[in-house]
Amino acid sequence: MNIYINGTGCISPQETAQGGPLLATLREYDQVRLTNVDPDYKQWVDVKQIRRMSRVVKMGVGAANLSLEEAGITQPDAIITGTAYGCLDDTGVFLSKMVNQQEEMLTPTAFIQSTHNTVAGQIALLLGCNGYNNTFVHRGFSFENSLLDAIMILKEGSAKHILAGGLDEITNHSHQLLTRFGIYKKTPVKTMELLNSPTRGTIAGEGASFFLLSPEISPGTVATLTGLSTLYKPLWEGEVIGHIMKFLEDNNCTPADIDLIVTGRNGDIDQDEIYEEVAAALFPDHAEACFKHLCGEYPTAAAFGMWMANAVIAEQQVPEAAVFYGKAPEKIKKVLLYNHHQGTHHSLILLSAC
Amino acid sequence: MSEKVWIAGGGVISGIGLNLQACLQAFRHMQPGMTAMQHLSSVHRNTFPVAEVKADNATLADMARMPENISRTALLSMIAAREAWQSTGLGDVSNYRVGFVSGNTVGGMDKTEDFFAEFLADPRKGRLQQVLHHECGSITELVADAMGIRHHVSTISTACSSAANALMYGSRLIRNNIVDVVIAGGTDALTRFTLNGFNTLMILDQQACRPFDDTRTGLNLGEGAGYVVLVSDSLAAQLQPWCRLSGFANANDAYHQTASSPEGTGNYLAMKGALDMSGLQPAQIAYINLHGTGTQNNDVSEGIAINRLFAPHFPPMSSTKSFTGHTLGASGGIEAVFSALSVKEGIIYPNARFEHQMKELPFAPATAYTEGNELLHVMSNSFGFGGNCSSLVFSKA
Repeated sequence: MNIYINGTGCISPQETAQGGPLLATLREYDQVRLTNVDPDYKQWVDVKQIRRMSRVVKMGVGAANLSLEEAGITQPDAIITGTAYGCLDDTGVFLSKMVNQQEEMLTPTAFIQSTHNTVAGQIALLLGCNGYNNTFVHRGFSFENSLLDAIMILKEGSAKHILAGGLDEITNHSHQLLTRFGIYKKTPVKTMELLNSPTRGTIAGEGASFFLLSPEISPGTVATLTGLSTLYKPLWEGEVIGHIMKFLEDNNCTPADIDLIVTGRNGDIDQDEIYEEVAAALFPDHAEACFKHLCGEYPTAAAFGMWMANAVIAEQQVPEAAVFYGKAPEKIKKVLLYNHHQGTHHSLILLSAC
Repeated sequence: MSEKVWIAGGGVISGIGLNLQACLQAFRHMQPGMTAMQHLSSVHRNTFPVAEVKADNATLADMARMPENISRTALLSMIAAREAWQSTGLGDVSNYRVGFVSGNTVGGMDKTEDFFAEFLADPRKGRLQQVLHHECGSITELVADAMGIRHHVSTISTACSSAANALMYGSRLIRNNIVDVVIAGGTDALTRFTLNGFNTLMILDQQACRPFDDTRTGLNLGEGAGYVVLVSDSLAAQLQPWCRLSGFANANDAYHQTASSPEGTGNYLAMKGALDMSGLQPAQIAYINLHGTGTQNNDVSEGIAINRLFAPHFPPMSSTKSFTGHTLGASGGIEAVFSALSVKEGIIYPNARFEHQMKELPFAPATAYTEGNELLHVMSNSFGFGGNCSSLVFSKA
């Protein structure tokens, strides 16, 4: 069965929500925390409701609507989200008040919106969608598991149009904490220089990317989701390389069939090493594109990567700002996305031009 | 794709017992688990009874063979997951392609909420160790790593239906030949965060809860973990499985972020979908393990949906939350184990403290423990915030 990507929507620190050529207006930053470029949410939700929504709910609802519009679908059969952190802002608000007010005089709004399934629930509520609804919250696999769930359900035939997406937000609390864990650069770095930075640490990002997946092709569709695989805590580089070879084999292709690799390099000199090893072992002459200097690092950033890979297939070229190495061939038919989060969560997503 | 998925075993830790046998004893002897808080520190200690697991973290850490300073959510998860695995006789984990799919709602919040007092006063303060496992997925990984599970590790969070959805996803992983065995269920420890959250919604009962009773005024929170072990046809042939996961469905109520629709639309669709998948008529269901939280809203919506689907043949049904309290992300897993065992041993669980018939409904819950009944098909309901409704059906063969 072919699984077509019939619509996509992305809200990110780049101008990804307004259509037009990929990265036509590049947003460059010189900071360690990137923030979304917000579209006008009034086009999807009325003002009163918007005021009550946290950022992660807004970006989720926005990206979901963009992908539905592109696919020409008003009602999906299923909604599946992946979010590692969930609704951090409302969680932080309720937790802070609970601590500061010694568990007294609390109000329910933030608690109600703090559950990880709030975004999927809100999308269902706004669409009036009674279909299958699920939320995966597994760190760097949250988005991949939501795709896998969608693929399995489409193969079963119990749904035809599935909305699946990955999203995470940054809050002041989460940024302070992740900074203390030493994940980010100590000093700001220009985003277009991030990937060649000689130091440890990366930059923080956020965003929401959704996809309308279906076994039926729709008019504007350019790519299929051909393969997906995850690898948890590989013991050494060789296991990653072996896993990629097996993945390609399972999808009836060899490295030579891949026209472009898209990798999750994030500018951390230690974490990027595996991408070097994989490229050297399997794709020494392949063109490579990257995306985390554009959207920042977060556990569901692969969703941005997949959104970008789909756009590259649509335009049949890699925008200058995304090129890391080499030049993609004239025809870009197969794109392999290889990402890892924190060295522990590795994932492969294969897209093929229709 | 057509492969059947079987329940090879299960494990539970809850407010009524540290393992499945102890929980069964509590049902037999009509001993619900609600008491005043012993382990959770809260200003509401004397206001709301809870069904705590009757052990401190040091004891649980010993049982789990894990460090005492990690989240109670992970300790509970480890104890029940290991019991589930050991009940199957499958032996060494490394002999199989194994997945671990676990639901939870607040991850390591029990530690995070302790951390936050210092952190809010000064963002440079507070021991980072306490938030290291805040993420829901991190709890799952602590257990997966301790059990040596690497093939597939996943966490689901759909509020009170999290663990039921873990069984569905786990079943699909087996049917798609991604793994051969899945430990599926959920875990949640009591936290001040959830206690206060439910308190703001004004749905906590200050007495022991009374599910499906006309005088019910709310739920009691509980804690615990429950996992079944799902296996493929070929593995089931080498074991003596308890029963089969024959049907399941997930639907969204799409009515309100926390409340159920008055007609129980999502509840109805989930139960109907699960029946359809298992190829059964409503009259073939021999027992329903209700979601039955004891709130005004849930029980009437669930009851009306059951009435619509099952009338005029109502099977025995009960809410085991009248013993365990509402264990949130764990509830679907704990109740899946109870339901699977129900098929295996013919058990109908009692609904404690039922006295007054609900005026909206033509049926009443079962109030006595019985075993040795012929129960070919059992349904388990889990409904949650965000409109997330899930139903599972377990069948003898």
